Amino acid sequence: MTDLGQELSTMTANSNGAVDVAEIMQQVAEHKGCGTSSEGGKASCGTSGGPEDMPPEIWEKVKNHPCYSEEAHHHYARMHVAVAPACNIQCNYCNRKYDCANESRPGVVSERLTPQQASRKVLAVASTIPQMTVLGIAGPGDPLANPAKTFETFRLISETAPDIKLCISTNGLALPDWVDEIAKYKVDHVTITINMVDPEIGQHIYPWIFWENKRLTGYEAAKILTERQLLGLEMLTERGILAKINSVMIPGINDKHLIEVNKAVKSRGAFLHNIMPLISAPEHGTVFGLNGQRGPTAQELKALQDNCEGEMNMMRHCRQCRADAVGLLGEDRSAEFTTDKIMEMEVNYDSVGRAAYQQTVEAERQAKVAARKEELEGLEAAQDIKVLVAVATKGHGVINEHFGHAKEFQVYELSATGAKFVGHRRVDLYCQGGFGDEDSLETVIKAINDCHAVFVAKIGGCPKADLAAAGIDPVDQYAHEYIEKSALIWFKDYLAKVASGEITHVERGDAEIRQGALISVA
Amino acid sequence: MAYKIIGSQCTNCTACEALCPNTAISEKGNTFVIDPALCTECIGHFDSPQCVAICPVDDTCVIDPAHPRYQPS
Repeated sequence: MTDLGQELSTMTANSNGAVDVAEIMQQVAEHKGCGTSSEGGKASCGTSGGPEDMPPEIWEKVKNHPCYSEEAHHHYARMHVAVAPACNIQCNYCNRKYDCANESRPGVVSERLTPQQASRKVLAVASTIPQMTVLGIAGPGDPLANPAKTFETFRLISETAPDIKLCISTNGLALPDWVDEIAKYKVDHVTITINMVDPEIGQHIYPWIFWENKRLTGYEAAKILTERQLLGLEMLTERGILAKINSVMIPGINDKHLIEVNKAVKSRGAFLHNIMPLISAPEHGTVFGLNGQRGPTAQELKALQDNCEGEMNMMRHCRQCRADAVGLLGEDRSAEFTTDKIMEMEVNYDSVGRAAYQQTVEAERQAKVAARKEELEGLEAAQDIKVLVAVATKGHGVINEHFGHAKEFQVYELSATGAKFVGHRRVDLYCQGGFGDEDSLETVIKAINDCHAVFVAKIGGCPKADLAAAGIDPVDQYAHEYIEKSALIWFKDYLAKVASGEITHVERGDAEIRQGALISVA
Repeated sequence: MAYKIIGSQCTNCTACEALCPNTAISEKGNTFVIDPALCTECIGHFDSPQCVAICPVDDTCVIDPAHPRYQPS
């Protein structure tokens, strides 16, 4: 346990027993969370810096929303309830027939809920996972194509659990019709998926939309869709509702165009832009999966995100979760909360315990920020040198995961301005039950091939040698230390070696973004 | 003829149910079904049958030749 962890445990012991925070922290630690905050300002996903980087009213809205704040997603969990099965458009990256328990991607659920079941599920999850702060409706169809079910769910939850933030994720076609209803239920986070602002491009992404009782196709369909999406965004901005824009990056179709999308949504007041890689495995049976449309590489995705960053925040921690996901981003505990199970569960909504947990999170966040600041001096030697490093972590901002146990790596960019979170790489499990698998090690190397080093709590001799042979420095001397502080110490050492001529700085190659079903781990 | 839903292809998404102007569509087991006695193929209501227009799986809401063509009175 880290010093901070011990401090938190002490705090728990001194508290009035309303909640066992140590146990909560343990639960968090047991799940694969991820790294830490980023370099302040607009760095990683925009809201990462903390209260000093944005107006207080915005910070209040995002500080415990895992999807809107990179900082928050290490500590707070979200859940989606699948009350909205119908959809009013068809996308070429979606196939509604495919639903596998091992599958993790948007549009997929295992069971459909009524608003009453959804409300019950929210209470059951909130009782079991006190760090669950956000309830989203994201499908599996479009929430606003199922308005009665969606708003009835919000009504029931706002009555029984008023501290839970409500959010909605929509394709935007019906959004202008429902903005006032969204405001009425105090839904203050809305995500719109906008993949284009040019119908010429849109017709290659959307085969049809259902509009005014007709199925429209081609240019006409895409034109109406983009007009409705942008109108909806403007209406949200007028009402002070935070809007996040999701865009799927489809190489050869909208990859270059997403710069235009970024400008269009920025000018209309969008808070955060989340550019996600296309998921197009053939076994999903989507149009793009079947016609061989590829997704972007890690460096293609990062380059586009970097190009769009500036006045607007970019989100880089999205895990493209299912429409019935439960838990921290990157984990899915939905199997614990099936309808049968939630009906049996004892429900105890503990608002005092929830508030106590949030206080501990704030203390931990401040400790991390302080640690980071210590190492910001002396980075000017980097000049134009930028390197990526991968980090194995279970959360809390520390390097606390064994190389072979990491399901994903956090990626940080180190430069003259500091350490910045720029993404995550899924690797599933390299090591299962203590047996390293050579093929899997290759998978890991492919996933972090653009990194100069990988920071781990522990690593075996063989993978260490193989990583070094691949040009990736395996670093295990900072076990259980803060990520950014350690990475910056390592970076300064790297720069000193470059300056002395001991090593030569070379650019790394590209890396792969892992596709296909996630191997679920008990 | 009325429309019918090919049950093995139906994703159970409910989209057609709310759109049917004749409330001819209902859930049955793990799929949705159209009551041929109520289906008017949307004639007199809309330019195209709504269940066909919204269904996310092509060729799932299809004409059922077992029933005579709907005749508007």
